[in-house]
Amino acid sequence: MAVAYELRCRDCGKRFANEPLSSCGECFSPLEVVYDMDAAKRTFTREAITAGPSSMWRYQSLLPVPQDYVAPTPAGWTPLLEAPRLAKRIGAKNLFLKNDAVCLPTLSFKDRVVSVALANAKIFGFDTVGCSSTGNLANAVAAQAARMGFKTYILVPADLEPAKILNTQVYGATLVRIEGNYDHVNRLSSQIAERYNWGFVNVNLRPYYAEGSKTVGYEIAEQLGWKLPDNVVVPMAGGSLITKIRKAFNELIELGLVAEKQVRFFGAQATGCSPIAKAVKAGTDQIEPQRPNTIARSLAIGNPADGPYAVRAIQQSGGWAEDVSDVEIVSAIQELAETEGIFTETAGGVTTAVTARLYAHGRISPDELTVSCITGNGLKTTDALKGRYELERAIRPRMADFEEFVAQHEVRGVAVEDLVVGGEHVR
Amino acid sequence: MSVRVLLPNAFQKHTNGAKEIESKAANLPQLIEEIEVSFPALKQHLRDSDGQVRRFINFYVNDEDIRFLGNEKYSFKDGDEVLVIPSIAGGCSPHGHPRFAVLAARHTRFAPCKCCSYCGREDCLCDS
Repeated sequence: MAVAYELRCRDCGKRFANEPLSSCGECFSPLEVVYDMDAAKRTFTREAITAGPSSMWRYQSLLPVPQDYVAPTPAGWTPLLEAPRLAKRIGAKNLFLKNDAVCLPTLSFKDRVVSVALANAKIFGFDTVGCSSTGNLANAVAAQAARMGFKTYILVPADLEPAKILNTQVYGATLVRIEGNYDHVNRLSSQIAERYNWGFVNVNLRPYYAEGSKTVGYEIAEQLGWKLPDNVVVPMAGGSLITKIRKAFNELIELGLVAEKQVRFFGAQATGCSPIAKAVKAGTDQIEPQRPNTIARSLAIGNPADGPYAVRAIQQSGGWAEDVSDVEIVSAIQELAETEGIFTETAGGVTTAVTARLYAHGRISPDELTVSCITGNGLKTTDALKGRYELERAIRPRMADFEEFVAQHEVRGVAVEDLVVGGEHVR
Repeated sequence: MSVRVLLPNAFQKHTNGAKEIESKAANLPQLIEEIEVSFPALKQHLRDSDGQVRRFINFYVNDEDIRFLGNEKYSFKDGDEVLVIPSIAGGCSPHGHPRFAVLAARHTRFAPCKCCSYCGREDCLCDS
């Protein structure tokens, strides 16, 4: 049974009935969804959640959809993995990875937000949906819109990775490539959303869309056995995800599902597009826009819509933000794959490299329970690894050739020592 | 010298429906003053309690964010097109759609909660 919800201005607090609207008519600040938490105390229980589906919809009663809504696509409920080999490499002892590289149906955490946004697009009666995207959102909207029968217009920067373009077109979406960066695309989307009666998931449906990110936080807590971690490391593009994981944790505390705890939030950006990290380091919540220049194109938002709120979430939690170079991003993609068998896209490289730096700089202590959020799949950004691997000469199907080959190559992946020393796990 | 200024839908209830204006302002501060003189009802919405233009209102000149052009120091040129857009703008509501009406009826039992839904705390600073 879903609880009632409505919209509220994040700055002036004015309430709005449910409608496809993104900013307050009084102060023009963003809107967000608020819930009847008294009702949620009865419906959002450990028992009800455990009995729910193996998808993000197990948390339906704190998502902005009607109680009888039946989601057509089971997104979310991705693995939370211990990462002992990566941990050992970077000086950690209690590191977990939330692996949305395998989020269904399109292999990024954007499947979660789109599930909620398109549910509301149906409710509001739109027949056409769209988005401005750096790629993952485009894929997620295209796939789920196809399954739900929407017409789809998707706007992306013209230089998007080929895999992300193909993974949008294959679903029959109308792809509009824009000469410019994401911020140009986003501005045009705002204008289009004012002119056309379409549901733009990250413009006029944004308050609903953003709520889908909370499920990352709910899942982390449930998968840890209904407890909160000490630290969370989150990649930041528009800055929404980090604020919504925090919102999820605080809702769980308020409803008594987890013990109260001050979780520290750490934000990760690429140096080539780091307006939020820069503000955190400067101790201000004033975001100076940047012109993005990084291979982490899924994080390349120079004017982040939720930037001030992300800064505030980090500062209030006692966390920090870091940014890493493109070289570090690529190395981290390789390191994560080699140590934990997870192939992430460039954004996951950012998060992994920043996580390593936070340990190296002593901002996170080795024993603290830390969750690093991997939000996308490496198969979509294979161009980032161009030139990193050579295709070996083929050998004849003869044992002698194979033995010669082995003699010439060292086996990869043996650098990390056995994690069991003296009968005890060193983790 | 004049520039064409396009206003967002969100402004229109404070501008008697005006969607665009011609302005002879030389720069952004002058333009904002002119908008406030033309549409007095908009002034209290445009600025926060400290008198600063609200941070979620963005200005673009010929498709470029004015902050990349020098912001308040940028001198408008004849024929410039100035776009005013809240940072996450947009809203086309299919009011009257039967499904929307059904939803609205379902959610009339909403009782305002006491805590901040953004951070979950009653005494939060989220709205400050």
